[in-house]
Amino acid sequence: MAQVLLKDLNKKYDEVHAVKDVNLHIRDKEFIVLVGPSGCGKSTTLRMVAGLEEITAGEIAIGDRVVNDLPPKDRDIAMVFQNYALYPHMTVYDNMAFGLKMRKFPKAEIQKRVQDAAEILGIQDLLKRKPRQLSGGQRQRVAVGRAIVRHPQVFLFDEPLSNLDAKLRVQMRVELKRLHDRLETTAIYVTHDQVEAMTLGDRVVVMKDGWIQQVGEPLELYTKPSNRFVAGFIGSPAMNFVDVGIQGSDSSLTAQGTGIRLAIPPVNASQLGPYKGQRVTLGIRPEDLHIAAGGDQAGYVFDAVVDVVEPLGSEILLDVKAGPNSLVARVEPTVRLKVHDGVRLAVNPDRLHFFDMTSEKAI
Amino acid sequence: MVIERPWKRWVYFYIPLTLFVIGTLFPFYWMLITAIRPDAELYRSWRAVNNAPFWTLHPTLEHFRDLFEKTTFPHWLWNTFFIAVISTGISLFCGLLAGYALARLKFPMAGALGTSIFVTYLVPPTLLFIPLADIIRNFQLGNTPWALILTYPTFLIPFCTWLLMGYFKTIPKELEECARIDGATRFGAMVRIIFPIAVPGILSAGIFAFTLSWNEFIYALVFLSSPERKTVPVGVVSEMIRGDIYFWGQLMAGALLGSIPVALVYSFFVEYYVTGLTGSVKG
Ligand SMILES: Nc1ncnc2c1ncn2[C@@H]1O[C@H](COP(=O)(O)OP(=O)(O)O)[C@@H](O)[C@H]1O
Ligand SMILES: [Mg+2]
Repeated sequence: MAQVLLKDLNKKYDEVHAVKDVNLHIRDKEFIVLVGPSGCGKSTTLRMVAGLEEITAGEIAIGDRVVNDLPPKDRDIAMVFQNYALYPHMTVYDNMAFGLKMRKFPKAEIQKRVQDAAEILGIQDLLKRKPRQLSGGQRQRVAVGRAIVRHPQVFLFDEPLSNLDAKLRVQMRVELKRLHDRLETTAIYVTHDQVEAMTLGDRVVVMKDGWIQQVGEPLELYTKPSNRFVAGFIGSPAMNFVDVGIQGSDSSLTAQGTGIRLAIPPVNASQLGPYKGQRVTLGIRPEDLHIAAGGDQAGYVFDAVVDVVEPLGSEILLDVKAGPNSLVARVEPTVRLKVHDGVRLAVNPDRLHFFDMTSEKAI
Repeated sequence: MVIERPWKRWVYFYIPLTLFVIGTLFPFYWMLITAIRPDAELYRSWRAVNNAPFWTLHPTLEHFRDLFEKTTFPHWLWNTFFIAVISTGISLFCGLLAGYALARLKFPMAGALGTSIFVTYLVPPTLLFIPLADIIRNFQLGNTPWALILTYPTFLIPFCTWLLMGYFKTIPKELEECARIDGATRFGAMVRIIFPIAVPGILSAGIFAFTLSWNEFIYALVFLSSPERKTVPVGVVSEMIRGDIYFWGQLMAGALLGSIPVALVYSFFVEYYVTGLTGSVKG
């Protein structure tokens, strides 16, 4: 168990600058998730921690050892790969024992550890099989088992659930979380799936184009995204964005977009003051939109036309058009609306997000 | 659903296959019946009664006996075997390491090196034997097995390297990375993980290399001169054709015996060999 420190970490391939000035302090026992769209440098970052990629610039420390020049085998880490990477010519038992054998553990100890891990993962009956005789979910467990027998300081996961079908993925996600609670080993987990990131991570690191965009606890990322990218990436369906102009006097600012006009709530007024007369991006999460009722204040409603209705059972997603703007609202399953119906929607004034148009930073 | 008519299967599959098999096996059949045909039957006029060119009426082993008693055929067999095994061993060893390096390691000019190794394979032996002959003479290796053991790798190593490089590239690199994290060095991961997985590829490279050196003709013809030092392909041709007289029976007996080891090797490893050429494991 150890903390991991990434300091001004950079990785350049010939033409690609894959990881840019990454600074991250991963605490002891923490489960941290790197998330971002494909190609944003998550795997490269993880592989540098593992020692599989050379570090172009910067420093990585595991525990209190700088590991820049250590080969992977001396870093005391274990990694689970997306394609499981089970050794096809070895039995499950030998796969799990390989790392311990390489480290010259006594036979009895190896046996005990493999048995323990197999029990935790429910794969005792598979120990004599070869990887090709296993299902995808079973291979996944073996890969995890192979990682945990070594009791490493840090676990590294690179999209370990991406090759599983949807149902199994949810199940394994829960198991991984339970496993982490039990083992309390520092873990770095890479995924492109924001749901996985939110559910698994103690903290989540959002990356884009090699840069860290924001680091925070899942709810913090959701409620206080630091820029437009994070706001749009976290949450499903994604946040609605509308271009608006800030108008009015200091005491009563309004956000005026084509087909939408909303009062600016007092909580945002002071930050938005300087933007008077300029354009900003307004962000509204789908669940912060609802069908207007008597209690909603006049300034926070607007009219729209239903474009698509997506009933999900527990809720309905309404795709609506307000002028040229498309928005998604998450409404009660009891709402009865058809395509082309007019609808008056109200926003939740405490939960509006505003972003600078050029820097895309949250205001 | 497509309903397949039986006659189509015959026309497009069985009949062409049968013709192909007959075409392929006929030379072997011819070799066999000639090898066991007594001279009287061999050199009989086409118009003679009882002439049966496709069948041997009184099979005999005399040609085989002559082969072993009157020529140095056992030496040839041993020479061929010895040279083929050692040069295959050398080539496999170099090919394994070079193929691995080209498939996995990043170093400057890796691509150019790979291509140039391949290009050397394309240089025809009929051109290459002239400078090689010079080298062999300088090292005073002429008329020794080492002349061949050291020249065969000039075409076997590029061949093995390319075949194995292709095979290594089909093995997911995560397997090796995982082994390195698990506690193996790069070399350890190569030996413990990659080589065992690459066994089909290694075997097919070995079989090919063995066959190529077993059948090699030009270098063997040029570099070896004493009769007892020769290899089977050269010995059979040079010692059983004297002037314009062909000793067909012995010639065919020698060819038959010379092709048996290769046929055995192939049939023994055919399965590995097929997977070796068509792809490998999934992680
Ligand atoms: N071996 C490599 N050589 C060159 N470019 C690479 C290499 N590996 C990754 N890249 C590039 O680096 C960037 C980040 O890749 P990666 O870390 O794999 O992204 P992801 O976040 O999807 O895991 C991508 O643009 C990718 O094309
Ligand atoms: Mg990746």
